[in-house]
Amino acid sequence: MREKHWYDYLWIWALLYFLLGFFNILFAWLGMIDFLLPLGIAVVRGDKAFCNSLCGRGQLFNRLGSGCKLSRGRPAPKWMSAKWFRVGFLIFFLTMFGNMVFQTYLVAAGAGTLREAVKLFWTFRVPWGWAYAAGTVSDWVAQFSFGFYSLMLTSALIGLVVMVLYRPRTWCTFCPMGTMTQGICKLKNAGGQKDSA
Amino acid sequence: MVSKRYAEPDQQVCVACGACEKICPKGAVSVWRGCWSVVDLELCVGCGKCAKICPAGCIRMKERVLA
Repeated sequence: MREKHWYDYLWIWALLYFLLGFFNILFAWLGMIDFLLPLGIAVVRGDKAFCNSLCGRGQLFNRLGSGCKLSRGRPAPKWMSAKWFRVGFLIFFLTMFGNMVFQTYLVAAGAGTLREAVKLFWTFRVPWGWAYAAGTVSDWVAQFSFGFYSLMLTSALIGLVVMVLYRPRTWCTFCPMGTMTQGICKLKNAGGQKDSA
Repeated sequence: MVSKRYAEPDQQVCVACGACEKICPKGAVSVWRGCWSVVDLELCVGCGKCAKICPAGCIRMKERVLA
């Protein structure tokens, strides 16, 4: 068997991230690491070392799905890993991210007010005021935290649902970060190896 | 003694997540430069663990044709 490395325990980080958001929403900013690091690695190194070794979420799904046997282990529908769905979900996700940044801008510009709530599945508003003491930081900094945490929690919940229904890492087939980093790697390595053996 | 079967990932469907690389007991599977997974046919023992874990279901187990 493979020997264990420090990065094999990053699933703890994935858990910790969501726990911290229950106590202080400002910790949501730390999630930017999970946004920027995969892209940085793909651009600089031209590989998916993040997905392959460093993604705490992927590790968590693996532990829960395989280790705790919470996954049915059935094959996911083909469309879930089809190019049109992956790109479509990426566009949808980026649009929602852009919308969240715009809401942050509105608050920063004084055209919107801070909403101390987490929005699940881009629809359901859950009051989350206990995790933020008003006035601690600028309103826009807090607004971004609530928006970003919403995005992270929503995607984690989707990932958990498909983990249970299908295979542990089914989320990875349409994870927006995975789609982007694979796209970057394919562009960077165009003209390289084509065959598997 | 070579195994009767070997794993063959479909590069068009592979999402390069690395689940196969992680589970392979022989270190025969790896993700090639973040693009798709590749199998070292010399090392593959045809256990099928990678095919079972692959979230995209893109790994097929094939019969080895021995010369």
